[in-house]
Amino acid sequence: MISLAGRDILHAWGKFAFTGVGLGLLIGVTLSMAGVYRGMVDDGKALLDNSGADLWVVQQDTLGPYAESSSLADDAYRGILTMPGVAAAANVTYLTMQVRKGERDVRAMVVGIAPALRGVAPGWPPYLVAGRQITRSHYEAVADVSSGFALGDRLAIRRSQYTVVGLTRRMVSSSGDPMVFIPLKDAQEAQFLKDNDAIWQSRRRSEANPSFNRPGVPGLFDAVIASQSSNASVNAVLVTLKPGQAPDVVAESIRRWKRLTVYTRAQMEGILVGKLIATSSRQIGMFLVILAIVSATIVAFIIYSLTMDKIREIAVLKLIGTRNRTIAAMIMQQAVALGLIGFAVGKISATFAVPIFPKYVLLTPLDALAGLFVVLVICVLASLVSIRMALKVDPAEAIGG
Amino acid sequence: MSDYGIRIEGLRKRYGKGDTAVDALKDVNMQVAPGEVVGLIGPSGSGKSTLLKSLGAVIEPSAGRMVLGEQVIYDDGWKVRDLRALRRDKIGFVFQAPYLIPFLDVTDNVALLPMLAGVANAQARARALELLTALDVQHRARAMPSQLSGGEQQRVAIARGLVNRPPVILADEPTAPLDSVRAMAVIRILNDMARTYETAIIVVTHDEKIIPTFKRIYHIRDGVTHEEAGEGRAFA
Repeated sequence: MISLAGRDILHAWGKFAFTGVGLGLLIGVTLSMAGVYRGMVDDGKALLDNSGADLWVVQQDTLGPYAESSSLADDAYRGILTMPGVAAAANVTYLTMQVRKGERDVRAMVVGIAPALRGVAPGWPPYLVAGRQITRSHYEAVADVSSGFALGDRLAIRRSQYTVVGLTRRMVSSSGDPMVFIPLKDAQEAQFLKDNDAIWQSRRRSEANPSFNRPGVPGLFDAVIASQSSNASVNAVLVTLKPGQAPDVVAESIRRWKRLTVYTRAQMEGILVGKLIATSSRQIGMFLVILAIVSATIVAFIIYSLTMDKIREIAVLKLIGTRNRTIAAMIMQQAVALGLIGFAVGKISATFAVPIFPKYVLLTPLDALAGLFVVLVICVLASLVSIRMALKVDPAEAIGG
Repeated sequence: MSDYGIRIEGLRKRYGKGDTAVDALKDVNMQVAPGEVVGLIGPSGSGKSTLLKSLGAVIEPSAGRMVLGEQVIYDDGWKVRDLRALRRDKIGFVFQAPYLIPFLDVTDNVALLPMLAGVANAQARARALELLTALDVQHRARAMPSQLSGGEQQRVAIARGLVNRPPVILADEPTAPLDSVRAMAVIRILNDMARTYETAIIVVTHDEKIIPTFKRIYHIRDGVTHEEAGEGRAFA
């Protein structure tokens, strides 16, 4: 038996091709949206992976340092280092801000990393694609390549200038902003240091406050001013464990004895995916549903139009003894063929569009497979209306009168 | 072989019920022998289309008896379970417009019926080509219907009607869209095919040009058929 659907497609290939391309672009947008979501999740995981930490120690009762702000004393890590099972602990600060280079600026997550030999302390970029790690205590930076910065570039972060000495890759925040690593002291200043006017006004207030500026206590006022000018806070302490240590056990120990909040890798992933990008994922999910409905409507309309165009031929086919299932198969095969053309075009267009997106878009084979399945289901469902109409055609319509 | 390609006795068809009932066919009696071509003529509303649809197993008559060859297909009710297969295997159709499937070439338009009946593609195409050759359109075998002239399309439609060797062909105004020369050619072909394939052909027509060619004519008026002898003129 010949394929009636195949012959019809070959006969009207132009109509099918154009329709398939149109549908394909829609499917391409849908696949890209799914890729955007996957990219967000992967960014979150990359953030956790690249930090090199097994535990995140943060301010008590906060979801820091990524989902909420968190502030810890910068000497807290020393006590954590003494806890059983802890191999290394390092302070870290995170601050998302506009990093300027000349006239332009880039939104980036500035990460303050504690001085250490590479690989000894967590928080450092685990690998570089160019240049070297930070070796000086101040004014050097390592940037993610997606920031667009190059080796030797001079970056302005708050009031200081930094030279890019190394470039890394896939070091991004959970929202996809590239990371710029700078020494911890510089990062603490960038995050907590006030501007000159604010410092001056703060001094005036303190000077006018008799509690801080007592006539009979020399040196008190200077000590207060010094404490206001310095900053001893970090956002989190990243902890790595000794081999064979259970993260939950060590985390519980730190919680108990240091009265801090501690998250394991699994808990932190839950915070990132379940809380930080949950709204975005719901938003994307809504878009996917809308796009699926639009695609289904388009396929249904196209197949309906194609079937309407053949209504006389269908009446003749029924009159000359064609089985209902042959006619139904013809319509369904055309819908499925349209879906396959659309999916192929969509996959190709999404693949080519990925590098154009400003943020990371991850197209996974499993998503593509799921997309193909959904497209086929939509096409089959969309063809049902047309099949129902075709099966209702009276073969007597082929006979005049 | 049966003496009749098709035999219809006391066929009736009533639409609706009660006061609104309409008797489209009141008493139809016809007999067409294998190899014979008869005309069925009548004014609009006389019941031609209803009769054609009843003969074509598209609508169910209300009463009467229809016999195809030696098979009783209707006797106050269908005697055949699969009407679709009956139409495919036992009844050929030729329409006023050819209604060829536009996305199949000429050969496959004709071969489709045997293919639907389960005949292998190659065998079905061979049978189609044989008929196309008999109808002198074999040179257009690979053409699409849109590339054919009106006469060629009608010949392909006739080939399609004949391809499953049905005992009866129902031709509904087959010459209506054709000029007199082509119309006579189609009638000649139908007669040739009827003789060659021992098929009974009923031609429903208003066409004054072809009516004199029938040896027997059935007139239908108000749902009742009357048989009369035709002129049986030789084809021009």
